[in-house]
Amino acid sequence: MSIVALDVNGRVRSTEAEPDSPLLYVLRDNLELPNPRFGCGLGQCGACTVLVNGDAVRSCMMPVTAAVGKKIVTLDGLGTPERPHPVQQAFIDEQAFQCGYCMNGWVLVSKVLLEKNPSPTDQEIRRGLDGLICRCGSHTAVLGAVRRAADAMKKGGRA
Amino acid sequence: MTSPSHLSRREFVKSAGGLIVGFSMAGPLADVLLAQGSPQVAPAVPPPVGLPLAKIDSWIRIAPDGAVTVCTGKIEVGMGVNVALSQIVAEELGVPMNRVTMLMGDTSGTPDQGGVGASNSIASGGAALRNVAATVRGLLLDAGSRRLGVPVDQLSIENGVINSKAAPGRSLSYGELVRDAAFDQELKVTGSGFTLNVQGSGTPKSPANYSIVGTSVKRTDIADKMFGRFKYVVDVRVPGMLHGRVLRPPSAGAQVLSVDDSAARRVTGFVQTVVKGNFVGVVATSEWSAVKASRAVKVNWNTPAEVFPEQRDLYAHMRAAEPKASRPPVKRGDASAAMDRAVRRVEAVYEYPFHSHATMGPGCAVADVQPTGTTTVWCGAQKPHAVQRGYADLLGVPPDRVRVVWTADSGSYGRPGFDDVGADAIILSQAVGKPVRVQWMRGDLTGWGPKGPAAVFELKAGLDAEGKICGAQFTSKAFSGGEINFIPTAKGNFLGAQLMGLPNTSGFDEFCEWGTPGGGAAPYEIADLLSTAHVIPPLHATPSPLAGTHLRDPNGPSTSFAVESFMDELAAAAGADPIQFRTQHLTDARARAVLAAAAEKFGWQARPSPQRARQGNVVTGRGAALGIRGGTYVGNVAEVEVDRSTGVVRVVRYVMAHDCGLIINPLGLTQTLQANVVQTLSRTMTEEVRFDRKSVTSVDWATYPVSRMSDVPPAIDIVLVNRPEVAATGAGEAGSRALAAAVANAIFDATGARLRQVPFTAAKVKAAL
Repeated sequence: MSIVALDVNGRVRSTEAEPDSPLLYVLRDNLELPNPRFGCGLGQCGACTVLVNGDAVRSCMMPVTAAVGKKIVTLDGLGTPERPHPVQQAFIDEQAFQCGYCMNGWVLVSKVLLEKNPSPTDQEIRRGLDGLICRCGSHTAVLGAVRRAADAMKKGGRA
Repeated sequence: MTSPSHLSRREFVKSAGGLIVGFSMAGPLADVLLAQGSPQVAPAVPPPVGLPLAKIDSWIRIAPDGAVTVCTGKIEVGMGVNVALSQIVAEELGVPMNRVTMLMGDTSGTPDQGGVGASNSIASGGAALRNVAATVRGLLLDAGSRRLGVPVDQLSIENGVINSKAAPGRSLSYGELVRDAAFDQELKVTGSGFTLNVQGSGTPKSPANYSIVGTSVKRTDIADKMFGRFKYVVDVRVPGMLHGRVLRPPSAGAQVLSVDDSAARRVTGFVQTVVKGNFVGVVATSEWSAVKASRAVKVNWNTPAEVFPEQRDLYAHMRAAEPKASRPPVKRGDASAAMDRAVRRVEAVYEYPFHSHATMGPGCAVADVQPTGTTTVWCGAQKPHAVQRGYADLLGVPPDRVRVVWTADSGSYGRPGFDDVGADAIILSQAVGKPVRVQWMRGDLTGWGPKGPAAVFELKAGLDAEGKICGAQFTSKAFSGGEINFIPTAKGNFLGAQLMGLPNTSGFDEFCEWGTPGGGAAPYEIADLLSTAHVIPPLHATPSPLAGTHLRDPNGPSTSFAVESFMDELAAAAGADPIQFRTQHLTDARARAVLAAAAEKFGWQARPSPQRARQGNVVTGRGAALGIRGGTYVGNVAEVEVDRSTGVVRVVRYVMAHDCGLIINPLGLTQTLQANVVQTLSRTMTEEVRFDRKSVTSVDWATYPVSRMSDVPPAIDIVLVNRPEVAATGAGEAGSRALAAAVANAIFDATGARLRQVPFTAAKVKAAL
């Protein structure tokens, strides 16, 4: 066990963890940030996605020590209920999920995608989100949400 | 505060600052309200069991501030059914939606409505709630009438306030009424589980007067989930809780010879290895310790015989297998004689694979087994009251010693492993004497979770000189979808128990039927029909990684794939347009209407399949299919592009016309159906559980691929056919039923090649061209 200090959602927090522990378990169990969720533990589905230095990362595959000194943002840290990030708002407005378990990957990867490409074509959205899995099949509503988010961000929402 | 169960209900309600409609003695309400929204609170006393179903407040309660709590044994697994049920209650009571809170699936505080299944939450669960709400409204109106001195017919209700029509300002809120008086009425209880209904003196509103039902009220859980305010079962934390992982056998039938956990013991946080028969698990103080310890445990398994056939031989094995059970055949007229008279005969066989639920969350549960046997389990099983009895059976205690707190897992689609992971948590908690949270790893679910069963079909029919069906024969042979009973009331139902050596005694034979009321495909008007259904023995007795159970629309997608493909083959042989051909064999107006609605939305041009202009490498076609399930009607039209050089099929458009009677929430229904189209397309185009001679080899998303964003059709058009005069029937699952056939029929239309085996992979399509 060793003490690791993590910068999560703008706050540095220290916790005792096994150095080889995946970031996911430390976020969920030690820091009680429930949003990144265990889906496969293999980096295949995206349910555990968080932002690390602005990149969408699968926290089930990243050792916690590799995240030290980097800025980690979880889905709930992207905005607040009172002031949601435009991508969050778009997914809420489109009611874009069925069970919502996989939400972290779709929202966070969409955010990164729209930062890099503010006006994606449908095909670019599809390709950009192809690494994610939603078993309920909410893809149609998700597509609508990403389009809505792109519009909102172009109209002056923050990116 | 005194332990709430020692208070009378009236005292509790006072102390909690609330008052309820109706009274019954002590108990469940108090516990539940205290624990509500706070899964960390375990009951200090044996939890009560069996809410009095005839009591109004087992269903609906109103507090002095006007807040309405609805208690239901139904649960919400992703379709927003909680919103729809709230709409039904808000409508009858005449209160705004934001005043209604749902309490779902806690065995200590909700009536046993059979849990969720068969997409019947609104049809059966909603009917009971509607009746109770109408009765509550009537009781409140009567009381308001007395208090205001105004006849009931001179009163109106708005936003939970009773107003005098004649004298504006003379009004009483529901909150005021319940503050000062008790209300109760003995409800008439009929049926149980799925068929449970209750009836009071109240008459539900006429649909013509609905203002909330039928509107697209939005869900609030998406925002809660976005901001981490929603508790999934994976988020349940109990004081003193340990973490468990399980180790499954490497092959079906493998037995533990010995276990060496010396390396696991050196893992920081290791607590205990638990071995009971062939059940192996480890418990540790943290998740990561549990994962590492589970990897460090060395289990010496024996090497059983090769129990499964080669996968490529599966369907030959099934056709050759001696039936385990056969349903009495459906016989109408004389199919054989009629086919002898036919001018043309058509025969075909169809094959449908094993599918996995492959839920996003592989399964998680927390169990707290007290030394006395009193137990609380937090899990996402679809039938909380049934697993309560199953877990009690496993523990050897009466059901009233077990409380199951249903807590949302990911979407579940039937009976995945969510019931089993709860049993694993019980076994481990009992062994270590502490609360244990078990998180299944991916392979525990995809590999060892129960499966949707494989099926083979043989169909034969004749056509007469007019191109109408002249005799038909249907024969199915399938593994039973009841090998793992979807109502898990017995200990042997659970995988962990089976691995411990307990026999699975609750399995039953479930058939892929056609021509029976509950059949898996649309019934057509065929004068001479012989329909036979067989169940064949499982490839390996439970515990097995290929055990059949309920997966979304049990037996529907397979049976309808066969029947609706065959109808298309008959239409082609008759040189008829596929929709017209179906319509010629249908008298049911609603069935004809959904086909017509889908055709109209699609812009269907009547002509026989296949299309003639097959020029170029990429060819286009359209196919139709009809799905009927539990009184719900679905017309399907798929449009595909087939790349003839690669065999890759793209579904470019899907139209679904859906008639489930009265629609409660059009937006929720539309999104549920869109998702159903995507999921069923995935099952149709991609999914197939892989196995070798010893075990299932589909263990993760790489070995059990599902559809990705790029596979999803650019256009999914849902046409809702609303029939307010018809009681709502199950919505959602019916949409899964005929989709595979619609796609197969579209591929045939595009290419002239007939796909008779799901999934329609590029290799299979190319081989068929």
